[in-house]
Amino acid sequence: MHKYILHRLLLLIPVILGVTFIVYSIMYLTPGDPAQIILGESAPPEKVEQLREEMGLNDPFIVQYFRFIKNGLKGDFGRSYSTRRPVFEEIFARFPATLKLTIAGVLVAIIIGIPVGIISATKQYSLFDNVSMVGALLGVSMPNFWFGLMLVLVFSVTLKWLPSGGDNGLSSLVLPAITLGTSAAALITRMTRSSMLEVIRQDYIRTARAKGVLEKKVINKHALKNALIPIITVVGLQFGYLLGGAVLTETVFSWPGVGRLLVDAIRQKDTPMVLASVVFVSVTFSFVNLMVDILYAYVDPRIKSQYK
Amino acid sequence: MRENKELLNIENLAIHYITDDGTVKAVNGINIKLNKGETLGLVGETGAGKTTTALGIMRLVPNPPGEIMSGVIEFEGRDLLKISEEEMRKIRGNKISMIFQDPMTSLNPVMTVGEQIAEVIEIHQNVSKQEAMEKAGEMLELVGIPKARLNDYPHQFSGGMKQRVIIAIALACNPQLLIADEPTTALDVTIQAQVLDLMNNLKNEFNTAMILITHDLGVVAEVCDKVAIMYAGEIVETASLEQLFENPKHPYTVGLFGSIPKLDEEVDRLKPIKGLMPDPTNLPSGCKFHPRCPYAKDICTKKEPKVTELENGHKVKCLIYEGLVDVKEVK
Repeated sequence: MHKYILHRLLLLIPVILGVTFIVYSIMYLTPGDPAQIILGESAPPEKVEQLREEMGLNDPFIVQYFRFIKNGLKGDFGRSYSTRRPVFEEIFARFPATLKLTIAGVLVAIIIGIPVGIISATKQYSLFDNVSMVGALLGVSMPNFWFGLMLVLVFSVTLKWLPSGGDNGLSSLVLPAITLGTSAAALITRMTRSSMLEVIRQDYIRTARAKGVLEKKVINKHALKNALIPIITVVGLQFGYLLGGAVLTETVFSWPGVGRLLVDAIRQKDTPMVLASVVFVSVTFSFVNLMVDILYAYVDPRIKSQYK
Repeated sequence: MRENKELLNIENLAIHYITDDGTVKAVNGINIKLNKGETLGLVGETGAGKTTTALGIMRLVPNPPGEIMSGVIEFEGRDLLKISEEEMRKIRGNKISMIFQDPMTSLNPVMTVGEQIAEVIEIHQNVSKQEAMEKAGEMLELVGIPKARLNDYPHQFSGGMKQRVIIAIALACNPQLLIADEPTTALDVTIQAQVLDLMNNLKNEFNTAMILITHDLGVVAEVCDKVAIMYAGEIVETASLEQLFENPKHPYTVGLFGSIPKLDEEVDRLKPIKGLMPDPTNLPSGCKFHPRCPYAKDICTKKEPKVTELENGHKVKCLIYEGLVDVKEVK
C-alpha cells in the first residue's frame, strides 16, 4: 500500500511537467506582450523593449520554459505581473474560499444524491423513481450560471432571504453551495441508482435475505457497500473538479476563489499567475484522485489486495 | 431412531412469474411432505421449477415478477404463506435455511467470512457480537476450515471452501429444515464428494431435515431418503429412494434413468429423453410430458392425469396408472 502511494506520487512529476509545458506553450503563442501590459498601453517602446530584455522575454521559447522549470524546482514561480506579489501567496490566499465552497457543494450533493439514488433503486419504476430521474435529468442539463442567477433572483432579490454574493459567513455560502451541489447531486443520484440496481440483483443479496437480515440492513449494509465504488468515483471527480475552481459559480456569486483568480489572470495575460494556478489545480486534482483510489481499498478488500 | 413427526407439508403450491411477455407457470400445484430429519431429493431438469419451489418455501420469490398464486406451506403447523413478513424473517436462516447453487457469487465480497457467519447468529440468537464471532469460529472449524481464517474475505477462498462457508452460515442456527439448491453443481467432482459428505454428516448430527435440489441422480442415491421427480412445474413421481431406483414408474423417471450410461453395458451413444422441456409460458394441455412421452396416446393430450398412489406412498402422476392408457410395462 505504501509502495503504491509512493508510486502514484512519483507519477505526479511527469503530469506536472506535461501540464506546465502545454500551458506555457499556449501562453507563449497567444497574442499580447506582457511587458506592454505591465507598463500600460501608453509606455514608450524603448522602455517596453528594455523590460522585455530584463524579463528574458526575448530568449527562445525552450530557454524560457527551462528557466521557468528551474525556478519552479526552487519553489519560485515568480510574481504576478499585475499585483507584483508572489503567485503562490495569491493562490493560497484564495484557496480557503474555494475549499469551503467545494466542501459545502459536495456535501449538498451527497446528502441529496445518495439517499435519493438508493430509494429510486429499491423502488424502481415507482412514482418516486420517475420523479427523481426527471429531477436528475434537469439537474445535469441546467446551466450552472443560469441556475445560480435564478436562485439569486428568487432568494436574494425578491425574497431578500440570502445575500447574492461575496464570502461573508454561512448565509453567503448557501446559494453558491446549492448551485454547485445540484448538478453534482444529479450525477450522484443517477450513479447510485444504477450501481444499486446492479448490486441488489446479486446472489449475495439473496443470501443476506435468506439469513433473515432486516430489509433495511440488506440495503444499507450489504448492498450499499458493494455499490459504493462507482459512487466514490463520481464524488471524487466532482470534488477534484470543483476544487480546481468552479469558475462560473464563483463569478456569478463574486466568490473570491481560485477559479476567478485563474480567469482574471488569463484575461490579463498574467503568465506566472496562470501557470501557477494550473499547476496548483492539476496537483490538487491528482491528490483527490489518489485519495479516491486509497478509499477504494478501504471499501473493497479485493482492490486492496491489488495495490502492491 | 428418527421421530416420524411431520415438519413440512406443502399443498397445491403454485408460483407464477407474471411478465409482459406472458405468464411463466414455474410451479403448478405441487404437494410435498417431509418429516423431521428426513431428506427429500427434488430432481428435475433445468427449468422444472425446483429453485422456484425452494424460494417459495423461503418466501423469497422475487416479486415482481414472481407471485405465489395459491397453496399452503405448513411448517411446524404454521402456514408460512399467512404469517407476517417480520415473522417470516425470523424463520429464515434460523429454522429454515438455504444453501445456494453458486458459491462464487453467494457470499458478500466486502465482508469477512467471519462477519457473514456471525451475522446470522446475531440476528437469531440473543448473543453479543463477540460471542457470535466465537460461535462463527466454531462453525468454521466444524466445516473444516481453520478458525484463523475468520477475518479473511471470500475472494481469498476457493470454490469448495466458499461452499463450506455457506454451509456454515446455513447451519449456524441449527435449522429444522435445510434447503440445498444444487449445492455441488458449481464444484468439481472431487470437491463435490467432500461437500456432500460434510452436509450428510452435519445433517445427521443435528437431525436436520433437508430438501436437496439436484439434477444428479447419483447425488440423490447417496444422500436422500425419498425422492420427488419434477417436470414442468409438477411433481410427476414421489417415492422412497429404494422404490424409485428399483421400480421407477413414470415414463419421465424411466427416461431419466435410461439416460444414464450403465457400467456393465457397452454404450456408443447416450440415450437422452427426446425433445426439450416445454416453454413454461405455453405449457402443453393434458399431461405436460405427452409431447416427449414414448407411450403417449390421444387421451394424454386432453386429460390431465391425477396423482395415483401405487403402494406405500409411491405416487405417480400418469394416465397409465389410472388404467386409461394401455401399456404393459414402462421401460
